[in-house]
Amino acid sequence: MTAAIVVQNVCKYFGAFCALDHVHLEIQAGEFFALLGPNGAGKTTLIHTIAGLSVADSGSIHVMGNHVTKQYRQARMRLGIVPQELVFDPFFTVRETLKIQSGYYGISDNGAWIDEIIARLGLADKADTNMRALSGGMKRRVMVAQALVHKPPVIILDEPTAGVDVELRQSLWDFIRELNVAGHTIVLTTHYLEEAEALCNRIAMLKQGKVIALNSMQNFISTMSVGYTLRLRLLPDTLPSMLQEIQTGYRNGYIELKLDNYTQIEPVLAQLRLSDIQILEMQLLQPDLEDVFVSLMNNPLTQTQ
Amino acid sequence: MTGFFTLLYKELLRFWKVGFQTILAPIVSTLLYLLIFLHVLEAHVEVYQGVSYTVFLIPGLVMMAVMQNAFANASSSMIQSKISGNIVFVLLSPLTYRDIFFAYILASVVRGLLVGAGVFLVTALFFNTPMYWPLWIGVFAILGSGLLGALGVIAGIWADKFDQLAAFQNFIIIPLTFLSGVFYSIHSLPPVWQFLSHLNPFFYMIDGFRYGFFGASDFSPYLSLCIVIACFAAISLLAIQMLRSGYKLRH
Repeated sequence: MTAAIVVQNVCKYFGAFCALDHVHLEIQAGEFFALLGPNGAGKTTLIHTIAGLSVADSGSIHVMGNHVTKQYRQARMRLGIVPQELVFDPFFTVRETLKIQSGYYGISDNGAWIDEIIARLGLADKADTNMRALSGGMKRRVMVAQALVHKPPVIILDEPTAGVDVELRQSLWDFIRELNVAGHTIVLTTHYLEEAEALCNRIAMLKQGKVIALNSMQNFISTMSVGYTLRLRLLPDTLPSMLQEIQTGYRNGYIELKLDNYTQIEPVLAQLRLSDIQILEMQLLQPDLEDVFVSLMNNPLTQTQ
Repeated sequence: MTGFFTLLYKELLRFWKVGFQTILAPIVSTLLYLLIFLHVLEAHVEVYQGVSYTVFLIPGLVMMAVMQNAFANASSSMIQSKISGNIVFVLLSPLTYRDIFFAYILASVVRGLLVGAGVFLVTALFFNTPMYWPLWIGVFAILGSGLLGALGVIAGIWADKFDQLAAFQNFIIIPLTFLSGVFYSIHSLPPVWQFLSHLNPFFYMIDGFRYGFFGASDFSPYLSLCIVIACFAAISLLAIQMLRSGYKLRH
């Protein structure tokens, strides 16, 4: 299988600041991949070096086997990028924008595909409206459309759903998922971890310019897991002393306990029975990406120098 | 070539859509210069034998309009795209730096020639300006607007804000234009100023252009042509190098 994106030992400095610190990353063709990390972790810088908007100071990057600076035309033909900043050309309508963008990629007769992406992104009744007159969410849709005009095998979306309403977010992801099923490699960054969790099969976490974790979504959550949360509403509203040491919080009338695995549930219930405490309500929360993310970002072991 | 032609088309469409501001307004303001000089100076000066001052002035003003609009087109398009951020769509595409350079230059040449032709056509209603060598006129108009377009690309890439672009225009482009013999023959100047004028590449563009109209000029049109070509090549190489290296465009 061809690798869609290969990042080898890439460093990028802005003055003395190291934005990317020996980044290694290989994304296979057909993957749905998430790039996560806090603001300033280097996600956008990494995307920019892949796209050729920034030039890496050392290391190499290939897109579908093409070096991004030495074979930049081939690499860029295979890459569709949705930049994070909301940008547009105020001189043109939506359709003109997409026609022009197609032309940049050497495609002069792209009407049918443009009509399709306009329809799929819910832009049909705005197709002949000037870009200036569109709302932020609509402009974002046009940016997604612009990244797709040349049907690139690799699509990178840098926070595509920032500032976008729920309805579009849903239809956008349906469309992107379809593209992924059709064979396109999708890479995204997002601040909505539930999106990454629902969509992606593999993720990388960046922190201070370094990849601190790289795994499949399932492995990630199970191996990096910080355990389950057991939430209890009790009568009387207090834990027996034996259990108090595993209590992690108290929220909205619920006592929260941290468990490593399911086998610890039974002893907790036994203790409650023994102390004659009644369970009014009980919830068991699965670990999610957010827990892993927060724990990784706070973990001193993953602190970089 | 589709990529290049698309960018060229986009650049042409960009100024065409605001044609009042980019074509009509400069034609009107250039004609106002003519009107004012006509009123003030007509009776006083005769530069070449048998050529009235107004008729002498027309080619200079036409060339000035050609040059200023070529510069304005490339520089404002570049800085607007940079500041609004939409230059990213060009930078993400497989367009080569040569595609980008030639599309910007050609669009600037077209706008310069449109404004210049507009000014000339209006003056032709009132004055009978001779055109001895149309080929020289065309060659100098194209080279002049190309050179200013290339300078516009450089200024647009270099400037981080509109303020800096305005400084480039006001402290470099306008002085070089106004002191290049648009309004006078440099033979009327004291020797020091004549010498300084010869250091100004804009002088050769205007002088060569004027030669096409009157068959007479301050300087040999062949030498002017060589100098303008050399300057055009040097400025273009600089602009291409800036685009190739990604100076201030790719970080």
